[in-house]
Amino acid sequence: MTPVLEVKNLSTHFMTRRGALKAVDDVSFTVGQREIVGLVGESGSGKSITGFSILGLVDPPGRVVNGQILFNGDDLLKMSPAAMRTIRGKRIAMIFQDPMMTLNPVLSVGTQMIETVQAHDRVSRAEARQRSRDALGLVGIPSPEERLDSYPHQFSGGMRQRVAIAIALLHRPDLIIADEPTTALDVTIQSQILFEIKRLAGEFGMALIWISHDLGVVAALADRIMVMYAGRIVEAGRVDGVLTEPRHPYTSGLLSAVPAAVPRGEPLRPIPGFAPSPLSRPSGCAFRDRCARATDICATEPMLEIAAGREFRCFHPHLWSAA
Amino acid sequence: MTNMLAETMPLVEALNVSRRFSRKLDYAEKIANLFGAGLEEKTVHAVDDVNLAVYPGEVVGLVGESGCGKSTLGRVMAGIMAASGGEVRWKGQPLTSLQGEDKRAMRLSAQMIFQDPMSTLNPRKRVIDLIGEAPKVHGIVSGGEMRDYVAALAERVGLDPSYLDRYPHQFSGGQRQRIGIARALAVKPKLLVCDESVAALDVSIQAQILNLFMDLRQEFGLTYLFISHDLGVVKHICDRVVVMYLGRVVESATPDELFDNPKHPYTQALIRELPSVADRRRVFTPIKGEIPSPLHPPPGCHFHPRCPKAFDRCRVERPVLKENAAGHVSACHLNDLAVHQTTNATAEPAI
Repeated sequence: MTPVLEVKNLSTHFMTRRGALKAVDDVSFTVGQREIVGLVGESGSGKSITGFSILGLVDPPGRVVNGQILFNGDDLLKMSPAAMRTIRGKRIAMIFQDPMMTLNPVLSVGTQMIETVQAHDRVSRAEARQRSRDALGLVGIPSPEERLDSYPHQFSGGMRQRVAIAIALLHRPDLIIADEPTTALDVTIQSQILFEIKRLAGEFGMALIWISHDLGVVAALADRIMVMYAGRIVEAGRVDGVLTEPRHPYTSGLLSAVPAAVPRGEPLRPIPGFAPSPLSRPSGCAFRDRCARATDICATEPMLEIAAGREFRCFHPHLWSAA
Repeated sequence: MTNMLAETMPLVEALNVSRRFSRKLDYAEKIANLFGAGLEEKTVHAVDDVNLAVYPGEVVGLVGESGCGKSTLGRVMAGIMAASGGEVRWKGQPLTSLQGEDKRAMRLSAQMIFQDPMSTLNPRKRVIDLIGEAPKVHGIVSGGEMRDYVAALAERVGLDPSYLDRYPHQFSGGQRQRIGIARALAVKPKLLVCDESVAALDVSIQAQILNLFMDLRQEFGLTYLFISHDLGVVKHICDRVVVMYLGRVVESATPDELFDNPKHPYTQALIRELPSVADRRRVFTPIKGEIPSPLHPPPGCHFHPRCPKAFDRCRVERPVLKENAAGHVSACHLNDLAVHQTTNATAEPAI
């Protein structure tokens, strides 16, 4: 089965006065049909810019400087803006952390949804309204007919995020890119949204890229996980494998920094230091300054190793007896 | 340990504290009322009749979802917001009775650390002044000693003292939080009220800051009121956890007891819904419904519209906090059906 999305050697740089800021640096990955992929990393690791790059949403001074983004075989980077518009929102949709970024505060939810339907399909207003109502119902909004006439501020945070998801679903896209969509929500509401997303993705056969800093959320939701650090994917593989037997020291560092990793009351084990500034990253492995396993060889670029469905970039990966 | 604590006097204590926020009717609405519009003042019961004692040296975690009143309670107990009902006592003395020097001493002894350090640090001031101004004004250090004093504090919280002449925007999020901590410590407080202090930080930086909090507790003999929505964090560092829902305390226990044996259905849901790396469950069983608006809280038990175990009594009568085990209290009518519950427990395996 051909993958929905194939990203090859993607590099997105921001041209600043102090030089090129390599937000995304030679990133390659694929997303299979109906696959849920979690993209995790700390702030500034380039995970959101990766998502924006796929949809062509990087504004100057940022620019995709290299790579291919093959969506169902077509390179999105070679497409005209007009052709891109027929894909964005129709075949690939995006959900943001803050639904107020997606929603226009002065238009009713119904108006915005009908507009979204009619932007891609030549249908009557009545039919567009019908489709909007169905979408709201799908994501679990009570009395969708009445809610179509409500304005965004009349919804709670969790309901607003449901509206944003409903808008993303309007055209039954092949791929949804979700950028930290539950980060701002409370635990019980987050759980409801994760439940709905998982159900809907399965029901409509959508692929999903779930960008998050929360390993717990990705662990519960995704089939595969990609860990980003300083603009690169440092490790990728099945969720079960990566989280139980991480190969890259950064992945294991993230996993042991959470409070649950040590007995109650004992000191936590943070990764020493902090992420390097994207303008002055060390040569070779960007993690080497913080890594306990680093040696001289880490000053050279680690190649991507692929072993048993796992990819990682490290000269000194963790070894697991089973592997 | 609990017994010993119970004999000492709480450092700060909330007794039946309520905090209401209301919006008065404007002229147009008052006139409309003259014509019989029947408009009422909108009142939010942010904190509704809460009792909470924090003993010296203790770390108390206050958890709950947005709008549950945990931040408001923290502010009332830190003395920066007045209670609308009930009483806050500092070392046994009602806050309202403190005057002059005592009041000033109390204010200095209770310091807050907020979620977003950038909104609490004046962007036009250098770190040296941000940290050093308060101790200088309050006569803790002289102007000449200030730099050494601040440098020592900065070093203690993990900031490079050579950065003291920089401005807040030149620091990363984790470093800014360290500035906020140093500033709170500068006036030699007894109580730190941490309001979501690590919520905005990346997991690795969060671990660094949490470790710092624990080290400082030992070193300065601090007491913490740790407000967070993150149960994982609270479980790790707190001696006691208090769960709030819509302005009320619904359960309070030691972390081990609370996580192993939660009594209130809301606490049970919170613990079950917590996504964790260790337990990669593929099924979600979310509790239904929204968090109700605190403007119109449901009658009886606030949780009953979302509670899978609610029965008639929950809809009319407010449950009171009852002790389930030593040091473990919860406010749920199921407590009175203890027999019924144990039979249920065998049929329905624990979460």
